[in-house]
Amino acid sequence: MTEANIVLEAKNITKQFPGVLANDRVNFDLRKGEIHALLGENGAGKSTLMNLIYGLHLPDKGEIFVNGKPIEIKSPNDSIAAGIGMVHQHFMLIPVFTVAENVMLGDEVTKRGSLDRATVAAKINEISKQYGLDVDPNALVGDLPVGLQQRVEIVKTLYRNAEIVILDEPTAVLTPQEAEDLFRIMHDLTARGVSIIFITHKLKEVLAVADRITVMRAGHVVNTVPPSETNEAQLANMMVGRQVILTVEKKDHQASGDILKVENLFVRDQRGLETIHNVSFTVRGGEILGIAGVQGNGQTELSEAITGLRAVQSGKVLIDEQDLTDKSPRFMTAAGLAHIPEDRQRHGLVLSYSVADNMALCDYYRPPFSNRGVIQQKALDENARNLISAFDVRTPSPFVNAGKLSGGNQQKVIVARELSRENVKLVIANQPTRGLDVGSIEYIHSEIIKMRDRGVAVLLISAELDEIMALSDRIVVMYRGQIVATVETKQATREQLGLWMAGAHVETA
Amino acid sequence: MDWKRFGFIALIIIVLFGTVVMIGQVKQPPILIITSMLATTIAVATPLTLGALSGVYCERAGVVNIGIEGMMLTAAFFGWLGAIYMFNVFGRDAGLSIALGVFFAILSGLLMALLHAVLSITFKVDQIIGGTVINILAVGLTGFLNRQLFFGKGSVFGGSVPGSPGVLPTIHIPLTEIFTPICGASASCLQNLIAINRVFDQKPIAISAILLVFFSHYVLFNTRWGLRTRAVGEHPKAADTVGINVVKMRYLNVLIGGMFAGLAGAYFTIESVPSFEPLLTNGRGFISLAAMIFGNWTPIGAWAASLVFGASQALLINMQIFRDVIPPQWSFLQESYIVGLTPYILTMFILTGIIGKTTPPAADGVPYEK
Ligand SMILES: Nc1ncnc2c1ncn2[C@@H]1O[C@H](COP(=O)(O)OP(=O)(O)OP(=O)(O)O)[C@@H](O)[C@H]1O
Ligand SMILES: [Mg+2]
Repeated sequence: MTEANIVLEAKNITKQFPGVLANDRVNFDLRKGEIHALLGENGAGKSTLMNLIYGLHLPDKGEIFVNGKPIEIKSPNDSIAAGIGMVHQHFMLIPVFTVAENVMLGDEVTKRGSLDRATVAAKINEISKQYGLDVDPNALVGDLPVGLQQRVEIVKTLYRNAEIVILDEPTAVLTPQEAEDLFRIMHDLTARGVSIIFITHKLKEVLAVADRITVMRAGHVVNTVPPSETNEAQLANMMVGRQVILTVEKKDHQASGDILKVENLFVRDQRGLETIHNVSFTVRGGEILGIAGVQGNGQTELSEAITGLRAVQSGKVLIDEQDLTDKSPRFMTAAGLAHIPEDRQRHGLVLSYSVADNMALCDYYRPPFSNRGVIQQKALDENARNLISAFDVRTPSPFVNAGKLSGGNQQKVIVARELSRENVKLVIANQPTRGLDVGSIEYIHSEIIKMRDRGVAVLLISAELDEIMALSDRIVVMYRGQIVATVETKQATREQLGLWMAGAHVETA
Repeated sequence: MDWKRFGFIALIIIVLFGTVVMIGQVKQPPILIITSMLATTIAVATPLTLGALSGVYCERAGVVNIGIEGMMLTAAFFGWLGAIYMFNVFGRDAGLSIALGVFFAILSGLLMALLHAVLSITFKVDQIIGGTVINILAVGLTGFLNRQLFFGKGSVFGGSVPGSPGVLPTIHIPLTEIFTPICGASASCLQNLIAINRVFDQKPIAISAILLVFFSHYVLFNTRWGLRTRAVGEHPKAADTVGINVVKMRYLNVLIGGMFAGLAGAYFTIESVPSFEPLLTNGRGFISLAAMIFGNWTPIGAWAASLVFGASQALLINMQIFRDVIPPQWSFLQESYIVGLTPYILTMFILTGIIGKTTPPAADGVPYEK
């Protein structure tokens, strides 16, 4: 290894946030053309380190070198100029702008003072062709699915000629197919000399694509290893600092009567297209029903319709024999529904409220949180402290804004709130472990199974086939807004499910 | 702005104009009524348009500005005061004094906006409260100074308002002249042209307001400045990640907004009537805000909405002119307090969203924190 190979080096980086030492004398380096994976628990300080390198925050101490030269990064302008690009954990796109506008923002091309959209579009098309990143420069970003939005983010960095690309949990929101696509793009990039920092919680991915792996824990770097010298269990151990059980243990289930009944449901999406056609199924108490399917086959609309977030076109939703079709979310919650929504920042949290307030968001109007219309701060705090320790939410205190937590810890706040509520009969969990580290996934899986064992009905929607297979007692497969197959998990195989998810059933029938 | 909205605006204006034509045609030929209504509409819409543009710049950058009313009032006062000072105390000639008056109006609008920017961007004070502070401050400041300078005991001007240098001159835009040869010898055609000519006699601020509408539309949607302004108003963090200085963009846009409000203020005391009285703006800053919202935060939309308010004012004025020929079954139109309600009723109606929902910039009113 020669020094000249190192394109980026961070030395002794320290960053203190109020109440948390997010980075403590961190050393990190990146070689030309490599994929360097960064692993670590939720709140370990991965995003913080990247934000410091990218200039979004300023380090308290430490130095950053690009191509061997020390540079001072005071704002993203400096890092962009140094050839660093970053795709953030929560996308930094403006939904009402077109792809071209988003890409050029901050680095606009103008012709006689006027934005030159045509030139930018041509440049985007060129980048698209070169790296197989198909996007329509004239599409509105808000209309694009997440997978495409991510491409826009990558195009944004390439448009600025980035030679160092930081990808902060890019695969968390992708379908397995989209993730494969991304890995192909990443390899194309490294083949052209681009160096990549890749953050993820998925150990399999890390072992498959990384050239080197660095593990962080509690603001420190634990170790850097090549993938050939390690395995999933060892990585998990390094991250969490204890043995992690990577397989889910569960007893046979004791199903009781039907809790959730969905009958002949038809639902439309915001563009008025019918995305759910005639879907019927039931979930019994003490049973976990998994919905498998490639994202975008109606799972979002289905869970929104069942939880009262989206109007039902026709059909019925019954919870415990009570007709709750098109009732308000508040009504549903009161009737015993717990909901872990797909988009944590949009539907799960009020980012500008404290963790404690967010943890009482469903029940703040009822005792013990309210007494005759007056919020009981004590009860709120106590509830928050209990949940924070039970679910291991890494936060300096219950009073910081939810928006200040790391992505995974934001998710834990929602899961803690929903799974801890009283009188829950039905849990609808949409991507419940998205963005969580292996240790937290283990804990949340065991909590979901505990709910089931207490007789609660669970509807699990997940893009992770592994998660579906590990937790569910029964699996239904959704394809183009319809249920195309139902199987007992014991009889299901990955291959068969994969075929159904790809629409094989429909094609052969 | 969608076509439905523009259609609705056109419809209201046609109804308002049509009402007056129907009633007034026994006294005056329709062409005269329409042109005089148009002239009034454009004049009345001028401060509203500028006020709405002020709001568009601020809010597109993510800063709610309900202080436009106060900024206008302050500017109306200081513009007028500046003109009088230049004319009487420094002995400048009338034209220069008036021009400097406009300058002082814009400057005072800018300073009020600076206060708003410091409060809401630097100190992250609730922006509604910041705007309210501006409005209250403006009423107090102008009322107090007006009294102290002109009316109080031992006041600077000894208890009387000195002669003002007058108002901005009318400029004729020679558009109809081009068509004169088409009329040939037809006398009625020439008469019509002369009538239409009235619409093209406008004053400088009114003309600049219209030019600024199209200029602002272009800037907002076709330039780097506009793209960045909208970005910090929609998703400041995203703008930050591509190296845009959010605080700077917001400050500058609020200051630009202040200058527009200042020019709107100048309209009242330097272009329309050369005198000042306390509370002179009379809620027009708030109507500007309604126009901005109905125009869906676009300059052209806001202008169209301002014209609706202008037209309803023209209705009020004309109902007084044609008072004696209003048919008995429409007698309610004789009551100026009923007709005078039109703009306010329209405001409420428009803001209910019956004509379709408007969407403010996503980060409008939200202070930016990293
Ligand atoms: N802007 C901020 N203000 C205050 N504290 C912050 C801020 N950003 C991060 N933190 C804190 O710093 C710590 C590290 O957060 P960071 O986002 O770097 O974690 P992470 O490793 O990316 O975790 P995850 O896998 O959950 O995304 C957390 O405890 C978090 O609460
Ligand atoms: Mg993170």
